[in-house]
Amino acid sequence: MPIEILMPALSPTMEEGNLAKWLKKEGDTVSAGDVIAEIETDKATMEVEAVDEGTLGKILIAEGAEGVKVNTPIAVLLEEGESADDIGKAGAAKPDGKAEQGASEPADEEKPAAASGDAVADMDERRVPAEGKVHPEPKKVDVASDPDIPDGTEMVPTTVREALRDAMAEEMRRDEDVLVMGEEVAEYQGAYKITQGLLQEFGARRVVDTPITEHGFAGVGVGAAMAGLKPIVEFMTFNFAMQAIDQIVNSAAKTLYMSGGQMGAPIVFRGPNGAAARVAAQHSQCYAAWYSHIPGLKVVQPYTAADAKGLLKAAIRDPNPVMFLENEILYGQTFDVPKLDDFVLPIGKARIHKQGTDATIVSFGIGMTYAVKAAEELAGEGIDVEVIDLRTIRPLDLDTVIESVKKTNRLVTVEEGFPQSSVGDHIASQIMQRAFDWLDAPVVTICGKDVPMPYAANLEKLALPNVAEVIQAVKAVSYKA
Amino acid sequence: MTAAPKRTKRSSSKPKSESGLAPAMSTPKPANFSKQDELDAYRGMLLIRRFEEKAGQLYGMGFIGGFCHLYIGQEAVVTGLKMAMEDGDQMITAYRDHGHMLAMEMSPRGVMAELTGRRGGYSKGKGGSMHMFSKEKNFYGGHGIVGAQVSLGTGLAFANRYRDTKAVSLTFFGDGAANQGQVYESFNMASLWKLPVIYVIENNRYAMGTSVARSSAETDFSHRGISFKIPGIQVDGMDVRAVRSAGEMALAHCRDGKGPIILEMMTYRYRGHSMSDPAKYRSKDEVQKMRSEHDPIEQVKARLVEKKWADEDELKAIDKQVRDIVADAAEFAQTDPEPDVSELYTDILI
Repeated sequence: MPIEILMPALSPTMEEGNLAKWLKKEGDTVSAGDVIAEIETDKATMEVEAVDEGTLGKILIAEGAEGVKVNTPIAVLLEEGESADDIGKAGAAKPDGKAEQGASEPADEEKPAAASGDAVADMDERRVPAEGKVHPEPKKVDVASDPDIPDGTEMVPTTVREALRDAMAEEMRRDEDVLVMGEEVAEYQGAYKITQGLLQEFGARRVVDTPITEHGFAGVGVGAAMAGLKPIVEFMTFNFAMQAIDQIVNSAAKTLYMSGGQMGAPIVFRGPNGAAARVAAQHSQCYAAWYSHIPGLKVVQPYTAADAKGLLKAAIRDPNPVMFLENEILYGQTFDVPKLDDFVLPIGKARIHKQGTDATIVSFGIGMTYAVKAAEELAGEGIDVEVIDLRTIRPLDLDTVIESVKKTNRLVTVEEGFPQSSVGDHIASQIMQRAFDWLDAPVVTICGKDVPMPYAANLEKLALPNVAEVIQAVKAVSYKA
Repeated sequence: MTAAPKRTKRSSSKPKSESGLAPAMSTPKPANFSKQDELDAYRGMLLIRRFEEKAGQLYGMGFIGGFCHLYIGQEAVVTGLKMAMEDGDQMITAYRDHGHMLAMEMSPRGVMAELTGRRGGYSKGKGGSMHMFSKEKNFYGGHGIVGAQVSLGTGLAFANRYRDTKAVSLTFFGDGAANQGQVYESFNMASLWKLPVIYVIENNRYAMGTSVARSSAETDFSHRGISFKIPGIQVDGMDVRAVRSAGEMALAHCRDGKGPIILEMMTYRYRGHSMSDPAKYRSKDEVQKMRSEHDPIEQVKARLVEKKWADEDELKAIDKQVRDIVADAAEFAQTDPEPDVSELYTDILI
């Protein structure tokens, strides 16, 4: 059967074009790949190449024709043994003379979507489900609770630094595929001594000093993870991970989805995040909100040593890419860590740090230091605050926050990051949408100030949140200011 | 017989180590192909050619959306290298990836259905032309960010070394990607740690619309590893025999624990950068000259006929076979349903 040659689309948005020139005439022999015509749009001129071979039987659209709609038959190609008499038999537009899926038909639920001239309508259909159609929703994932700590378990005072090192060492003992790589992690024993002793125990094969090459070694880590290893990639600080953010977002976070679930990246990116002290703008930034924006990542930011240990162990075992955000100032702080053989905590579960009834403070990481002190001082004034440590920023345990708000009806969030599009902003918007009727006051978000971090000691102090601000906010939402 | 399309001043066979840094290395002679080799190469390259022509057609009809980068003209590069590869060796590339997937024996149906965004596609329709993977076939993508696959491919080699396998990572990128910073970060680590990775630079002369001469201070990409002590050679990427012998040499180099190596494949793409590129930056004569004098498929065909290893009928039969495979893939890709709406929220996390 003769084959119709159709007006091609040069881009998904092209709806029509001009047939500028025929380079073959009726009766010419055409081979696959031959340029048979030129078409033009307001943007470009393009050559139309033949896909099939045969004889150009009839030109349907003359040279110079303007506004030819995409997928209009422009010529008929005769195959071997066919003559001009067969032209009337030319089938509808079919790339192989078989498929009946008309390319110009608008897409509907049953038929595969082909080029629809009405791209806008098509987009609307995608975005706004028609009546009666069920818009898909994400599956609700059940997150386990923290494991019970048996009575009589010895609690060992441990710094966050030691807890992180212990977590890595335990997981490296447990699984040969776990390795740690980064700048100064091996011979130097860690720029902040988090990897102290690991080289001695596990050797240079598994504790790998990298050159100062964040973009490159993040990519090498993701590639190794795609091949099945479980790398822990240490950034000396997360400020330097800006160099590597493409590999984190585009390669680590998206590959599982883009591969239809075939291939992911079981990798942990960890290191100190946020402001340290007196290191100014380029070295003082919190990335919790940045990474929490990305589907395909998990984002963890612990406060206590126990959480640091239990969650880092969980992060290393997690088959997904996990951003593990630490804080330099917390490294030296000591907390009780239960002495258990295998202490693993669930990612995605907030922890109620202190129970209370009058107002809720939600925070995470170093933000908890302000929250905890504010709660202590407020207790002295007769305001009983509930303090929630999110621990995981993504997936966010909103249920725990909502339950608390139902009890206290007041919410303050605390973090060191910038205010616009902050973690607190997201929580405030979610609480407004999901627990509006339970609120007795607007949610107040305490953040770092909307300025690059200054160097001068007095300005730096002003740029960060402080306990007085948190106290004031709790009083404000309690109408006790 | 066609000559290698040379575009640099230096002869590709001249050992280069003027700096004394990178080990000297010469381009090996084209492999001696048996009749079966020639027939395999012919069939493999023809499958890619016909598949890509069909993809172009389906794009024109609106069945394929977004970007679609065709591999037509460059077929000998993946075909020759695949002939040299062994089981377990991995391949990773950027977004001009359909040919690589077909060479790695991924199913034409699965690839074409991914191009049309259907549930039977390799990524269930969620990746598209630029993002496809097959763990089973050791194909690691299919990456949309120019140069990102170079670090990832170096990571595959890192895993091979870590596990002490004999596998080699074949990491493909173009002359355009060769100017990205992370390529050199990767070169440095690969050489420092002696990782088994072949950096295959497919020099098709144009980074989208910018010619090599307009974008690159050093246009001989086989020299780009010199300061990292990585040897490199230029290979006639239009001659599948030359590609295979270079691949065999490079694979042996990696398997011997000598670290990374660069193969600069001198090649050419006939089509625009993507389907919506009118390719105004080069002359029609230039394209026509490559097609008529250096076409990788015609070279094999000419040898098959000349040596009387296949007559016209036999070649036609192969052509028919290939066309049937492609027609079947196209039919499947147009009739297979789109992914179920529930797929929107799957495969984000495990």
